[in-house]
Amino acid sequence: MSELLRIATAGSVDDGKSTLIGRLLYDSKAIFEDQLEAIEATSQRRGDEYTNLALLTDGLRAEREQGITIDVAYRYFATPKRKFIIADTPGHTQYTRNMVTGASTADVAMILVDARNGILEQTRRHAFLSSLLGIPHLVLCVNKMDLVDWSQARFDELKNEFRDFATRLEVGDVTFIPMSALGGDNIVDRSSRMDWYRGRALLEHLEDVHMAGDRNFIDARFPVQYVIRPQSSDYHDYRGFAGTVASGIFRPGEQVVVLPSGVTSTIASIDTFDGPVSEAFAPMSVTFTLTDNVDVSRGNLICKPNNQPMVKQELDATVCWMSSTTTLQPGARLLLKHTTNTTRALVTGLQYRLDINTLHRDETAPELTLNEIGRVQFHTNQPLFYDEYRTNRSTGSFILIDEATNNTVGAGMLLGRTHSDQRPTRSASPNVVWQSGTMDRAVRWAALGLRGQTVWLTGLSGSGKSSVAAEVQRLLVASGQAASILDGDNLRHGLNSDLGFSTQDRLENVRRVGAVAQLMADTGVVALVPLISPYRAGRDQIRADHRAAGLAFVEVYVNTPIEECERRDVKGLYAKARAGQLPGFTGIDDPYEAPLRPDIELLPSAGNATAQAERIVAFLNAKRTGD
Amino acid sequence: MTATYELTHLRALEAEAIHIIREVAAEFERPVLLFSGGKDSIVMLHLAVKAFWPAPVPFPVMHVDTGHNFPEVIEFRDRRVNELGVRLVVASVQDDIDAGRSIEDTGKGASRNRLQTTTLLRGITEGRFDAVFGGARRDEEKARAKERVFSFRDAFGQWDPKNQRPELWSLYNTRHRKGEHIRVFPISNWTELDIWQYIADEHIDVPSIYYAHKREVFQRDGMLLAVNEHLAPEPGEVPFELQVRFRTVGDATCTGCVESPAADVESVIVEVAATRVTERGATRADDRISEAGMEDRKREGYF
Ligand SMILES: Nc1nc2c(ncn2[C@@H]2O[C@H](COP(=O)(O)OP(=O)(O)O)[C@@H](O)[C@H]2O)c(=O)[nH]1
Repeated sequence: MSELLRIATAGSVDDGKSTLIGRLLYDSKAIFEDQLEAIEATSQRRGDEYTNLALLTDGLRAEREQGITIDVAYRYFATPKRKFIIADTPGHTQYTRNMVTGASTADVAMILVDARNGILEQTRRHAFLSSLLGIPHLVLCVNKMDLVDWSQARFDELKNEFRDFATRLEVGDVTFIPMSALGGDNIVDRSSRMDWYRGRALLEHLEDVHMAGDRNFIDARFPVQYVIRPQSSDYHDYRGFAGTVASGIFRPGEQVVVLPSGVTSTIASIDTFDGPVSEAFAPMSVTFTLTDNVDVSRGNLICKPNNQPMVKQELDATVCWMSSTTTLQPGARLLLKHTTNTTRALVTGLQYRLDINTLHRDETAPELTLNEIGRVQFHTNQPLFYDEYRTNRSTGSFILIDEATNNTVGAGMLLGRTHSDQRPTRSASPNVVWQSGTMDRAVRWAALGLRGQTVWLTGLSGSGKSSVAAEVQRLLVASGQAASILDGDNLRHGLNSDLGFSTQDRLENVRRVGAVAQLMADTGVVALVPLISPYRAGRDQIRADHRAAGLAFVEVYVNTPIEECERRDVKGLYAKARAGQLPGFTGIDDPYEAPLRPDIELLPSAGNATAQAERIVAFLNAKRTGD
Repeated sequence: MTATYELTHLRALEAEAIHIIREVAAEFERPVLLFSGGKDSIVMLHLAVKAFWPAPVPFPVMHVDTGHNFPEVIEFRDRRVNELGVRLVVASVQDDIDAGRSIEDTGKGASRNRLQTTTLLRGITEGRFDAVFGGARRDEEKARAKERVFSFRDAFGQWDPKNQRPELWSLYNTRHRKGEHIRVFPISNWTELDIWQYIADEHIDVPSIYYAHKREVFQRDGMLLAVNEHLAPEPGEVPFELQVRFRTVGDATCTGCVESPAADVESVIVEVAATRVTERGATRADDRISEAGMEDRKREGYF
């Protein structure tokens, strides 16, 4: 039995990708003589000194003229064991969308590197995209080994370097193969020029990649694609629900539930033109009939009562933007096609843009442009029945369509939890008992001359919290006290990089910063926390936590009126919020709950940042001498 | 079904094609399937039958008729259409020539292949078709290797290769405006060998000229052309009898045959598996014009 294996290839220009594919096709006899003659003629005309197998894959005239590959090209070859489909995707930066296109259905990603150049930024990008798209197997083809004297040391070096990077990605299975595409070494057969290599040649590996483990046989999902009603005399009452099994296994006699109605029924038969089957699994295209006369139409999902997908209108997804003419911004309205459903979707948030070379998350990015990837929140008109992309590529993926142009402008991979989901509540691990330090805090502080506490500065964006905190720090350090600033924005790059600006995320953000401040205070440092922290309940909880731990907590309300904050608009955020680009901005369309009894209230009339800081320091010193 | 829950590659390709065909039926108002009586369109029609069983195929088929046909193929076309009870629309190149919309090349090697574009586009407009199924395969030709399964055409039927819609997973964007249409290629991922193996597996009937038979032929430009009512040898081209078969069936004036003893489907499979020349290279005088020939024609609206 021969199976189908889908491969996506990627590599930087000139790494030898076309040569490698040409070699695979040629050696598996999938290249025909007339094709070979045509490229030999072209090679000669262009003055190439060898038959340029790469010409086989450069299909469009613009590509031949520019000598680069523009679009995904599909190639086919077969061995007695498997039939292979190669989606050959160009490697240039600007063609991320093509790589994503080619990778979306691939079982294996083949990434090329030139042994001389090593792991480049592009290599990392290709690996990242492969993992993002959930390709279960990755092969790193270390090509041009002939040019590094078939060196094992060089191969090992590249292998280790890539491994270090790959551990940060979600790729299940990585294989490294040293090769020379030009000479055919380790392509079809093991090369005698690299005795030290004990692994398999590329083609042997591709023939043997174990695919059964990649499929999801657990979550039975059947998106209804088309309703078959012959209304003929032979099949008068026949109502069949046709579609492609997305995942899992279905059998006649099993109880199923239809979403969104929630109605349950039993599978009467699973039909095909060739007769009924006893089970159906992905990617079979079949037709279900049910024992009850239930209302089912295109866009419905058939699954099992004890294993249902998420049903939601608030979505959280990683999105690759593919339009060169428009950008993705909060507030944008798009069509979203998911399984057999198309619905309108409103972009409600852009949590961050991901730099696919460094994996850095930029939370200040206002939009996604062509080839950019980010984490995006949507509100849809209709609920979607979906699973996380990581566990289900069929029910976890969607495309975005621009209604004005009808173009496909984005691809999305759904994440499991939405922004508005409840996070685990406090004390989620009731059995974990607090481990108190063995040395008493008072002893530690006294020995080192420390006195920790938390000074919490709350107020609107642009109210001057950070400047005041910096001044306080300067004054304290000058007087010999340990003081540290926990900057909200900076923490969002690290500890809190997974959080956005929804109510839930803001609460969580404040909770974490509060916990860190408390640890610092306990150590003996004055923790200065300039943080909008708009909700009263969150701040009060932190005060209570400090009190329970016997630590001082000073709440400073930086009460600069919003008009003044907006006039300053240091970061340009108010302008964006007013333009509707930053939904949920505190003071504009998200509430700020002022403290009811702050320890200190700073009004602009109290003077500049230095004057205000002096007030705080005076307060702290007064408290100190007071006890 | 096997216990490993793996489909054979042919069953996987079949499932993919059926999914595509159903998606079109669900999302378009007026699909049509191009049916020439050639093997690829026969397989495509067979897949459509399977996709909707036990209901009939819910759209008509269209033949873009150059008027230069092999009689065996036309006979087959009519028989198959009758068996299935589908409606056949014939868009005739001759009508466009007669009406002055197309001007026929004359002289040696002239063919009506190029003229099919005008007739196809007229057929699509007259039928107000919004989705057109084609049996093109990506292994046939370099420009085709880069074409999407759902290939968008503007109001002039033109293809813009640099502006193709990204196509991900099996989520096909079927959106189009009035007057525009989408070409859909359900067997994009099949190769010539897959087609023949499938024909064997499914016991699909194809016109007799696909199997070895004796025929009067002559040599021209390195190809074997059949003497027929539309094509006679020029002076100097000497006809002779040979056992041949056709790998493709197209316009009878420019479709070549190959010398072959393969008289049944199993022998054809053996032959195709061993052959080292593409079917277009071997048998389509017309497609050999230039390296960019197919891309240019597709841009203009060709299949
Ligand atoms: N020495 C050597 N050269 C190679 C090898 N593979 C490819 N090349 C050469 O590298 C250049 C770029 O190859 P090509 O396949 O066009 O690269 P692509 O841009 O990745 O498709 C060509 O000159 C190839 O002949 C190899 O294994 N060894």
